[in-house]
Amino acid sequence: MANKPHLKIDGLRAAIEGKEIIKGLDLEIKGGEVHAVMGPNGTGKSTLASTLMGHPKYEVTDGTVTLNGENLLEMAVDERARAGLFLAMQYPSEITGVTNADFLRTAINARRGEGNEISLIKFIRQLESKMKELEMNPEFAHRYLNEGFSGGEKKRNEILQMMMLEPSVVILDEIDSGLDIDALKIVAAGVNSMRAEDRSFLIITHYQRLLNYIKPDFVHVMMQGRIVKSGGPELAERLENEGYDWVKEELGIEDEPAAPEEEPFKMPMNTRAPR
Amino acid sequence: MSAPTVLPIDRAAAIELSKAKGEPEWMTELRAEALELAQTLQLPKLEKVKIDRWDVHAYGSYKPAKTIASFDHLPEAVKSLTVDDNVIVQCDSGIVYAKLSEELAAQGVVFTDLESALRTHGELVRKHFMSVVQKDENVLTALHTAIWSGGVFLYVPKNVTVDKPLQALFLTEDGDATFAPHVLIVAEDFASVTYVEHVLSVHPSREAKLTHLGVVETVAKPGAVVNIASIHGLGADMTDLTYRRAVCDRDAKVNFIVGELGTGNGMSDTTAILQGNGSQSDTKVICVGTGEQTLSITTRTIHHGQASDSEMLTRAVMRDSATAIINGITKIEKGATKANGQQAEKVLMLSPSARGDANPILLIDEDDVKAGHAASVGQVSPEQIFYMMSRGITREEATKLIIYGFLAPVVAEVPNTAGLDALQKLIERKLGQ
Repeated sequence: MANKPHLKIDGLRAAIEGKEIIKGLDLEIKGGEVHAVMGPNGTGKSTLASTLMGHPKYEVTDGTVTLNGENLLEMAVDERARAGLFLAMQYPSEITGVTNADFLRTAINARRGEGNEISLIKFIRQLESKMKELEMNPEFAHRYLNEGFSGGEKKRNEILQMMMLEPSVVILDEIDSGLDIDALKIVAAGVNSMRAEDRSFLIITHYQRLLNYIKPDFVHVMMQGRIVKSGGPELAERLENEGYDWVKEELGIEDEPAAPEEEPFKMPMNTRAPR
Repeated sequence: MSAPTVLPIDRAAAIELSKAKGEPEWMTELRAEALELAQTLQLPKLEKVKIDRWDVHAYGSYKPAKTIASFDHLPEAVKSLTVDDNVIVQCDSGIVYAKLSEELAAQGVVFTDLESALRTHGELVRKHFMSVVQKDENVLTALHTAIWSGGVFLYVPKNVTVDKPLQALFLTEDGDATFAPHVLIVAEDFASVTYVEHVLSVHPSREAKLTHLGVVETVAKPGAVVNIASIHGLGADMTDLTYRRAVCDRDAKVNFIVGELGTGNGMSDTTAILQGNGSQSDTKVICVGTGEQTLSITTRTIHHGQASDSEMLTRAVMRDSATAIINGITKIEKGATKANGQQAEKVLMLSPSARGDANPILLIDEDDVKAGHAASVGQVSPEQIFYMMSRGITREEATKLIIYGFLAPVVAEVPNTAGLDALQKLIERKLGQ
């Protein structure tokens, strides 16, 4: 598959329970590119990831998203996945009674289609080698999906799924949160091994730390549901060193009141010591 | 007020039948006595289930079974479930095939039909028959005592370990023939055995009903281990009434794996009586409710022994307009110090018109004990579906995986026999996949 993927987001607006979170977002990702989306908490980064994957909680109110020219928004979640989209989730679900290996094989075969199922031997070989790469205990293949996994183990398991499924557009949603530095390096190495001309990445992160290990081609700053600034890797470094305030100042962005402002505390006047 | 029970057989006919079968006198008398009791007793009182509205008294009539000469001549439904070794097959009212390996027979293991055992092991049977379940508990236990036929007697002598599972298959082919097998398992000191049974109907579903009235009694002597897997998949024209009960002596252990996968109404009561100190039990039940059926599923453990230990787990998937009342009862008697009784009931609701009630009940008359319960009733979570779909799995497949996964912790424990595939098929039939 030498086809380079092409993801194009145009004027995307999305809401949760009637509250608009994404407010007109444009982004274009071409084959082989690695884009990082950074931004303060609560600016809609994870909403963007979930909306692209088609989470039922998020409602797209306007705009278009196309993958290789096809309307992504009209596809069901599983169709998006089979079209090549993959989302490594911040909080993956736990599923009792379904082993990691069975789940992965079902997912792989869902892509390959009936009559073209992966042979068991080939599957096991692939799984073992990828798990080794991620320094995962082989036992995890036979544990129930994410059940009782630590935060770090879940993240590694997401990367394992990505490596096994070989998607063409990968979204990593805060894959670095909850990882210690050693685990981060392993996960980053896993991602880097997957970089290819026919695969693109959208990395959503709060910290620049991850980008020391996965070098992005483009860095975007997201604020208030929009991409407000784009640049190269140097932008991420500046954000790490200086925070986000300079971006706000430069672009004249005012903080939205998150909640009704509290009454400032005032010393009560005329207090008297108790007699 | 309920009307007096209409007996499926009159006293004279019952006595005549027993004599005709060559049963010992005590059994003939017991049958007659139980039949009289049945007239005075009531149906069991079930939590939130009106069993008196079911067709519980359609017992058909006893029809002698024709022995099948060889394994190859068994009905197809049976052959796929087992291999030609250590197996007993009952069709309708009687045993048609039985085979025990010479090796086990040489060790003194008895695995035969209960009617033959009355002749060959009369004293053993007399001592234990209806000793765990009592004939005078209710009209069903009384009727069972009176009309049982066929059945299995499994006896494992002291210190004998039976490695391979022993299998029994109970089939109803003729909807007018009595189907009331009695299974009696006796494991002597430090004996160990695994028994796997399937209770199935192979006649086409009909308007008229037939009641299966079965009892599985187990006596585990000191240090014995008895594993019992009981898979029921009777059709919609069957009412399935089943008592499974085990009594555990000192340090004995009984494990129940139960699959309630029939499509008609059903009452099942699976009880472990932990009589001896240090005795243990583990009871796992899966159940899939479909159509209009109503199920009353009870798991119960009664602790008498000190430091006795029990676990109970019921997992039910409810579809269509089915109802399941799931009772978990942990009873710890006075004197059972250091006892530990844990139970969990989980219900997965797949349809808004289905009903699944989980009723955990702890009855504790001793202070120095541990007891715990967990009950949950829930639906397939949209987050889980989203997660699986995001990997390319269709909604149908994802739902199926989650439902099977819900049942997996119990299914995984079923002993590996040729019948394991049949369990999968029964589950698939119920889940409509």
